[in-house]
Amino acid sequence: MSLDTTTLLAILAMALVTYLTRIAGLFVADRLVLTGRAKAAFDAIPPAVLVSVIAPTALTTGWAEAIAAAITALVAFRLPLLGTIAVGVVSVVILRNLI
Amino acid sequence: MDQTTPYYPTYRREIRAGLRDIAPVAVAALPIGLLFGAVAAAKGLSPLEVALMSAFVYAGGAQFAVIEAWAYPVPLAALTFATLLINARHVLMGASLGPKMKVTGIQRFIAFFFLTDEAWALSERRALERPVTGAYWLAMALVLWGNWTLSTTFGAMLGSFMGDPARIGADFAFTALFIGLVAGFGRSRVTLVTVGVSAAVAALVHHFIGAPWHVASGALAGIAAAYLAAPREARP
Repeated sequence: MSLDTTTLLAILAMALVTYLTRIAGLFVADRLVLTGRAKAAFDAIPPAVLVSVIAPTALTTGWAEAIAAAITALVAFRLPLLGTIAVGVVSVVILRNLI
Repeated sequence: MDQTTPYYPTYRREIRAGLRDIAPVAVAALPIGLLFGAVAAAKGLSPLEVALMSAFVYAGGAQFAVIEAWAYPVPLAALTFATLLINARHVLMGASLGPKMKVTGIQRFIAFFFLTDEAWALSERRALERPVTGAYWLAMALVLWGNWTLSTTFGAMLGSFMGDPARIGADFAFTALFIGLVAGFGRSRVTLVTVGVSAAVAALVHHFIGAPWHVASGALAGIAAAYLAAPREARP
């Protein structure tokens, strides 16, 4: 069981900012009413972050990954989360063997 | 169900309701926790480090994003900023749920450590009919927290025996998981614009500048695009 100092620091920093986001809402309750474009921008944060994380893997690694990502996106609207993951993993394994 | 008597919450009844509501969520989260641990191990984290991260950070989305961008030396500032961006949604969730919970004082600051998308969604639904008690919240929170910490740690221990995750396509499980999560935000015009802009900017920045800056730049570009794409006088 190893514990790297920088890793521990990263974990503590992540834990601190996450806890601050969790309790911040208690202080701004009743005052934070976002509307219009500000609300759209705030609502966009989770999908924008998630897509940015996977874009390099999905788009620039190779054809197998890009096609598998497209297939996954198609089934994602119809299947539950675990089914979507299964389709994605199976597609990429098959495509890597074909291409 | 007796509809005529008013609802008197008892600890036992509240705990049972919490356990009943969280059970399916915990079952669905189990393989995702194992997966997180396995990929974290492949990135070089020890089972102890995975356990500490899951127990203290306890935010699946941020943990997955950070692990995907994990490298040595650890890019501390970029990872912390990515965590802040992904978890910023907690502020709105807490602002909405806080006044609906029958928990006060210092207990609120303990209770809200356990704020997750799942516990929040279930509590908001319950708040439509009755107040959300501390017993209900804590029953859900402890099950989900224990489930996440143990499954990710176990996944990390298994992962070190599994070898290269690419061999069985497990490296792509992340990408597929994120695509599935993004699909959950729907297909509105603003969401599609956000996703398109974020993907393009992140891919370009990753290619020309490198990890992990593609996360922050892609995210900020997508947020700006959503702001511009939204109608000026949209009603919430």
